[in-house]
Amino acid sequence: MDNILRVESLRKNFGGVVALDGLTFEVQKGAIKSIIGPNGAGKTTLFNIISGMYRPSSGGVWFLGESITGSPPYVTAKRGISRTFQNLQLFANMTVRENVMVGRHCRTKTGFLRSALRLPGAAKEEKRTAAEAMDILRFVGLEESAQRGASTLPFGKQRVVEMARALATDPKLLLLDEPASGLNLRETEEIGRLIQKIRDTGKTIIVVEHDMSLVMAISEEVLVLDHGRRIAEGPPRSIQKHPEVLRVYLGEEIPHAQSPES
Amino acid sequence: MELSTILQYAFAGIKIGSIYAMVALGFNIIYNTTGIINLAQGEFVMLGGMFTVTLAKLMPLGLAFPIAVLAVAIVGCLFERAAIWPARRSSVITLIMITIGGSFLLKGAAMQVWGKNSFPLRPFSSEKPINILGAWVQPQVFWIIGVLAVVMILLTLFFRFTLTGKAMRACAANRAAATLSGISVDRMVLLSFALSAGIGAIAGIVITPVTLVDYGCGSMYALKGFAAAVLGGLGVSAGAVVGGLTIGLMECFGAALPFQGASSYKDGFALLILFVFLCAKPSGILGRAAISELKKF
Amino acid sequence: MGKKNLFGLASLVVVLLVVPHLLGNPYYLGVLVWCGIYGLVCMGLSLFMGYCGQISLGHAGFCALGAYISGILTTRFGFSPWPALGVAMLASLLVAFVVGLPTLRLKGHYLAMATLGFGMIIFVAAGGDPFGLTGGPSGFWGIPKLSVFGVVLDSEVKWYYFVWAVVLVCLVALLNIVHSRVGRALRSIHGGEPAAKAMGVHTARYKTQTFLLSAALGSLAGSFYAHYVGFVNPHPFGLNFSIHLLTMVVVGGMTNLWGAIAGTALLTILTRYFRVFMDWGVFFDGFILVIIMLVFPEGLFVGAARRLGGFVSRKRSTGVPGQASRQAAGGG
Repeated sequence: MDNILRVESLRKNFGGVVALDGLTFEVQKGAIKSIIGPNGAGKTTLFNIISGMYRPSSGGVWFLGESITGSPPYVTAKRGISRTFQNLQLFANMTVRENVMVGRHCRTKTGFLRSALRLPGAAKEEKRTAAEAMDILRFVGLEESAQRGASTLPFGKQRVVEMARALATDPKLLLLDEPASGLNLRETEEIGRLIQKIRDTGKTIIVVEHDMSLVMAISEEVLVLDHGRRIAEGPPRSIQKHPEVLRVYLGEEIPHAQSPES
Repeated sequence: MELSTILQYAFAGIKIGSIYAMVALGFNIIYNTTGIINLAQGEFVMLGGMFTVTLAKLMPLGLAFPIAVLAVAIVGCLFERAAIWPARRSSVITLIMITIGGSFLLKGAAMQVWGKNSFPLRPFSSEKPINILGAWVQPQVFWIIGVLAVVMILLTLFFRFTLTGKAMRACAANRAAATLSGISVDRMVLLSFALSAGIGAIAGIVITPVTLVDYGCGSMYALKGFAAAVLGGLGVSAGAVVGGLTIGLMECFGAALPFQGASSYKDGFALLILFVFLCAKPSGILGRAAISELKKF
Repeated sequence: MGKKNLFGLASLVVVLLVVPHLLGNPYYLGVLVWCGIYGLVCMGLSLFMGYCGQISLGHAGFCALGAYISGILTTRFGFSPWPALGVAMLASLLVAFVVGLPTLRLKGHYLAMATLGFGMIIFVAAGGDPFGLTGGPSGFWGIPKLSVFGVVLDSEVKWYYFVWAVVLVCLVALLNIVHSRVGRALRSIHGGEPAAKAMGVHTARYKTQTFLLSAALGSLAGSFYAHYVGFVNPHPFGLNFSIHLLTMVVVGGMTNLWGAIAGTALLTILTRYFRVFMDWGVFFDGFILVIIMLVFPEGLFVGAARRLGGFVSRKRSTGVPGQASRQAAGGG
C-alpha cells in the first residue's frame, strides 16, 4: 500500500502558543487512522491545516503525492479531502437533503448566470444533484429525514448528516473530528459501523476521537499527539501498552482513568 | 511648505485626531468585552456635545461637563440593556443591525429634541489664538490634547490597578474562564457600554467649541474612529491613540495636497487608509494577526 | 423554483395589472413607481444579506453612482440614456469590486464599516463637486426621459408598467438563483462559513459576486431614479437612505426575496402615500431595525403570523429557504 497523505515537519503557532510542533506522519490508502491525545494536543488544528482552513507556520502537507500546503479549502475539497466538525456545523437554515446537496457543490458547476436563466443544463444538474444526495442519505440510512430541517433532528442523527454531507463531496480522504462526541453508547457503535462501511467503499479516513473503545475497535493505526508532537504511532494494540501514552493519558494523579479496554 | 504652515496643519491634525482616538477607545472597550463593534459610538459623541450645549445655558461649564458625561453614560447603559443584552446570543449581522438601528434611534431622537441646527459651545478658556513658532493655535486644542491624555492615563490606571478593570480585561481575554472565576460578564458588558459612552461624550464635549454640534455629526466620528481603531489594531488601547492621531494628521495634510479639490475629499483619506490596512494588514499597526484569527468575530 | 413561487408571481402580476385601475390620482401611481425602484435595490440587498449573511451599510452609494453617472453622461456628454445606464452599471460593478475585494474576505464588522464609509465617500464626493460635474449640493436638472422600444416614458402610468416589468424579470432571475446550486452555496455561507468552505464553496468569490450583483441592481435603480425624476442632488443618497434600504429589507424578512418586495412596498407606501413618518423617518428606521431584530428576526409578516397563532407551518420553510430556522443559523 502507498500513502495517500503525508504530513511533514508541520508547525503552527498562534501568537506565542505552539499548537503543532514539527509533526510528521503518513496515512495509508484505504486505512482508518485515529489521532488521539489530550485536549490542546493540536488535533483540530491539524485538521484545519489539512483541509486548508489554516496555513501552517512551516512544514508541508502532501496529498496523493502533490503538495497541498496552504491550499484554500475549496481547492482541497475539490481534490478530494472532506471533513466534519467537532462542534456540529450543519446548515441549520436548510433541510437535511439540502445540506447534503451543498456537499455536491464542488462536483457541480452551474454559476450565477446559468441558474438565473434556468438553462436546461442547470435544471438537469439540479435534478442529478438531488438524486445523488438521496443516494447518500440512503447509504447512511437517513432517507426518511431528507425533508426535515437539519436542526430538528436528534443530535446523533445530526452527526450522521454531517458525515453524509462530507461524503457528498466524493472525498478520497475523510477527516472526522470527534464523530462520537456527545453520542450515547449505542449511537457510538452505530457511528463506528458507519465509519467502517464508508472505509469499505474505498475511502481513507482519519478520525480524531476521545472515545477509546471506538478508536480501538475501528482503527488500523493510531497516532498519539501531545503538545503538537507525535509521541507514539502504531497499531491499536501496541499503543495501549506504550509507556509514553500511558504517562500522557493516565498521568500520576488519576491512575484509574479510562483504561483503553473499557 | 514653511514650518509655520506645517505646524498649523499638525495642530489641526492632532486636534481632530485626538477626538478620533477617543472614539476608537470607545470602540475598543466594547469590542474587548463583547466582540461587538458598536456603530452607535458616534451618537455618544453627538449626545455629549448636545447635552452640554443645553446644560451650559443653565449652569457653569465646569458642572455641565460631568453631568453631560454621566447622562450619556446612562444612555449607553440603557441602550445596552434594551437592545444589546436581549440579543447577546444573536449572530454578528443581527448585532450590527441593532447597533446601527440604535444609532439611528438616538440620532432621530436628537433631531426631534434639538432640531436640525448646529449649536456652538464657548471654548473652555480664552478664545485668543496662541502663536507657536508662527502657527496660530486655539487654546481649545490644548484642552483637547490634555483631555485625551487624562482619559488615557485614567483608563490605564483603571485597567491595571482596579479590581473591576482587571475583571473587564479578564472578560476580554477569556469570557468562559472569567465567568467561571465568578466575574459577572453581564455587568462587565454593561460597564463597558457606560465607559465607552462616557468617553464618547467627553470627546463630543471638548470638540464642540471648535466644530459645532448637530444631530447628524455622529456617523462621521464613528467611521473615522473605527478607521483609527483598525489602523491601530482593534482592541489595542495604545493603538487607538496612534491610529487616531495618524488619521487626523493624514486628513489635515491630505487636505493640503496641491491638487484641485483635495480639501473636499479630505474625508476620503480616512477611508482610503482604512482600505489599505484592511487589504495589507487587517490586524493594524499594534495588533497581532495570529490572535485575531482566533477571535470570535 | 417550486409551485409557491409560481403562484406568488402569478398573484403579483394580477395585482400589478389591477391596481392602476383602482387608483385615480397619478400621484398614487407614482408611489408604486417608487416601490418598484426601491424594490430593485432591496432584492439585491436581500440576496446579499439574507442569503449570503453579509451586510452593506452603503448601498445608497451604488444608487448614487447609477443616478449621477446616468445623469452626467446624458446631460453633459451627449450619451443616450441606455448606453449611459450601461456605463453606470459597469462603473458600479468596478467600484463594488474594489470595495468588496479586501473587505469581503474579512468578517462582518469590517464589511459593515467599509460599506458605510464607501456610502459616505460617494455622498461627500457628489456634494463636493471638485471637477464641476455633479453640480455640488444643489445637483443638476435636465436629465432626459428614458424610452423603451420607441415609447418615451413620460407619464406615471408608463413608468409604473416599465419599472414593475423590470422588477418581475429580476425577481424571476433571482428566485432561480436562490433555488439552485448557487443559492444553496449562498445559504450555506449564512448557515456556517467554515462548513461551507469545507464543502468546497469558494465563499469569498460568492460573497463578491453577490455583492456585485446587488451593486448592479442598486446602480440600475439609481439610473431609473435619475430618468424618472429628471434631477439629481446628493441629499437622497446619504447614509439615511442606505439604512432606510436596510430597514425595508429587514421588515419584510431578509431571508426571503418576497419579503424584500413586501417590506419595500409597505414602508414606501406608508412614508410616501400616507406620509406618516415625515421628519421622524430617521428615528423610525432605527426603531424598526432594533425592534425587528429583537422581536421578529424573520421579518414582520412571518414573525407576526407566528406570534398570532403559530400557524406558519414548517412546510413553508422548505418552500422559502431559510425562513423557519434562521435564528439558529448564527455564525460569526
